[in-house]
Amino acid sequence: MTVRTAELLMAIATLLMSLGLMLNVYTDELNIGWVEGRGPGAGVWPFWLSAGMALASLATLYRWFRGKTPESRSDAPYIDPETLFLVAVSAASLLGLLILMQIVGTYLSLMIFMVLYVRILGHHSWGTTMAFVIGTPVFVYLLFEVALTKYLPKGLPFFEEGFLFIDNLRYEWFY
Amino acid sequence: METILVSLGSGLLQAFEPLNLFMIFAGCLAGLFVGCMPGLGSVNGVAILLPVTFLVPPTAAIIFLAALYYGAMYGGAISSITLGIPGASTAVATVFDGRPMAQAGKADQALMAAAIASFIGGTVSIILFTLFAPPLAAFALKFGPQEEFALMLLAFATFVGLGGDDIPKTIFSILLGLVLAAVGFDIISGQPRMIFFDMVEFQRGIGFLVLAIGVYGVGEMLWTLESTAGKVQMHSVKITVSRMKQNLLQVKEYINSTWVGSVLGFFVGTLPAAGATPASLMSYGLSKTFSKDPDSFGKGNVSGVAAPEAANNAASTGSMLPMITLGIPGSPTTAILLGGMIIWGLRPGPLLFTESPDFVWGLIGSMYVANFATVILNIALIPVFIRVLAMPFTLLTPIIFTLCVLGVFATTDRMFDTWIMLIIGVAAYLLRKLNYPVAPAVLAIVLGPLAERSMRQSLISSQGDPMTFLERPISLVCILIAVALVSYPMVAKFLKRNKAVEAAE
Repeated sequence: MTVRTAELLMAIATLLMSLGLMLNVYTDELNIGWVEGRGPGAGVWPFWLSAGMALASLATLYRWFRGKTPESRSDAPYIDPETLFLVAVSAASLLGLLILMQIVGTYLSLMIFMVLYVRILGHHSWGTTMAFVIGTPVFVYLLFEVALTKYLPKGLPFFEEGFLFIDNLRYEWFY
Repeated sequence: METILVSLGSGLLQAFEPLNLFMIFAGCLAGLFVGCMPGLGSVNGVAILLPVTFLVPPTAAIIFLAALYYGAMYGGAISSITLGIPGASTAVATVFDGRPMAQAGKADQALMAAAIASFIGGTVSIILFTLFAPPLAAFALKFGPQEEFALMLLAFATFVGLGGDDIPKTIFSILLGLVLAAVGFDIISGQPRMIFFDMVEFQRGIGFLVLAIGVYGVGEMLWTLESTAGKVQMHSVKITVSRMKQNLLQVKEYINSTWVGSVLGFFVGTLPAAGATPASLMSYGLSKTFSKDPDSFGKGNVSGVAAPEAANNAASTGSMLPMITLGIPGSPTTAILLGGMIIWGLRPGPLLFTESPDFVWGLIGSMYVANFATVILNIALIPVFIRVLAMPFTLLTPIIFTLCVLGVFATTDRMFDTWIMLIIGVAAYLLRKLNYPVAPAVLAIVLGPLAERSMRQSLISSQGDPMTFLERPISLVCILIAVALVSYPMVAKFLKRNKAVEAAE
């Protein structure tokens, strides 16, 4: 896909999104008009600003047809095929991390994430990889659970119970 | 004047409290690190580390983040000089002469000039800050919601008029941020608004930190991975004590450009759309124009390194001025700081000086100390940072991603927000590739709720009469300037066309 096509598609997408936002406010039956003696209703801000977004998208579309933006004249690839792989894998691995966090919990999924990134993508030695695989969860546990007293997602009950062992140990020993 | 000195004294005392002093050094170090890593700048560091600062009290937290902001301005020069790629966008102008100096084997000289110029820029601007902030805040105490709203309009207008980006795209970005800020319950009528797909999670709104980390954490990393996939070439740096002494004596060669850059940087930095990057470019241009030897610029003139470095440090302090006194951030980084202040339970705006003097003066005092801390750390640790620069991105990226995901989760305790963060991050990356500016959206989501509230408060108090914005002198002036700024690009274009027509005739 060229930058030129991408700009057209993006402008259409932003236009549709703006119209969708306007429709969303409208169907929620919020007051998008002026209330006498009180000023704007609850829906005025989101509705009319979304309308502005739609107009801005139309302006971009118009400028695209007239070839006024540098992007609309560019035939370069939108995402370089050489780097597409790296970007796509990074975004996908982040998606995977979020999904896994809800199934196997934060710590196991972080370990898998590190193996993927450091060993498979980065081609680093197993020594470096293991340092990241073990160091990151320990650091995260100390920073977020111990210091910031947050309860990070532990996944399904099976994994959560397994992890409670460590928490119990911590409470027995330190408190 | 006397009251300023007394307050400043108490602020300095606060800065020397052990915890705060530690936060200054930690912040400077973190700042130097994010500043020198290509692709990460102050705004990324502040966004990613903000959730972690809930560990300490607000004053220590803002001291840490301000020191980080500061350190990043120094750090940017390190990679601009040794790698030839700017460590942060604010250090772009430093590459012009820093790179040729490094190629000529004078990298140490350039690094030293950058450090000293940054120090002077920082010192000049913090003194200006101390002088300007209290009277400006006292003046702003007269502001009602009308003036607040007019000021925010003015802040957004600067993006349209001075941002230099594609105008429809800039407007889209501002409005998107403002609309996203309205998700959740309406503060005045209590009605739920824009609960997409009827998901209950949207009732609590989209936090600004989710957007900021999405844009500046995830989006920025994807962007950096793409742009630095190629190999970088580093220049060696020779550092010996005798050479350092010699480099110190060289100060008089670039002292003039440094002064000019410092003052210019401070004032440019106070404008929301301008900030450190344009300030450093303007300072570079000015220094070149008034130089006795303009041809040597771009070929390794040490003034070409000093001028932009002084300006970007001065601008970072300058952008704090409207944030502290008016509650209007002067840059994306200060927008995130402002959002942080709201989370910490402080009310940004002119009342901050009277309501939380410890917070304000502690911050100001810490900036003096941070300036010394950074110059010392910077010069002492140059060899270390050069080593750090060789760190491959495949090690840095997973750490940043981990901090992004868990940082977002830690602020709201909801997995839902991490999903929104990922969506926003990818969207920001795709939009940015098409030259949609992302900074206005971040500023807008922070200011959105404040802007809507002040607009509706004004209209309720005037019983629905919109003339209230034009009847009050300060608000009228702000709105007039805003209108002038928005129409400026069109007028400039029209004049240009007229001139071209005249020339053709």
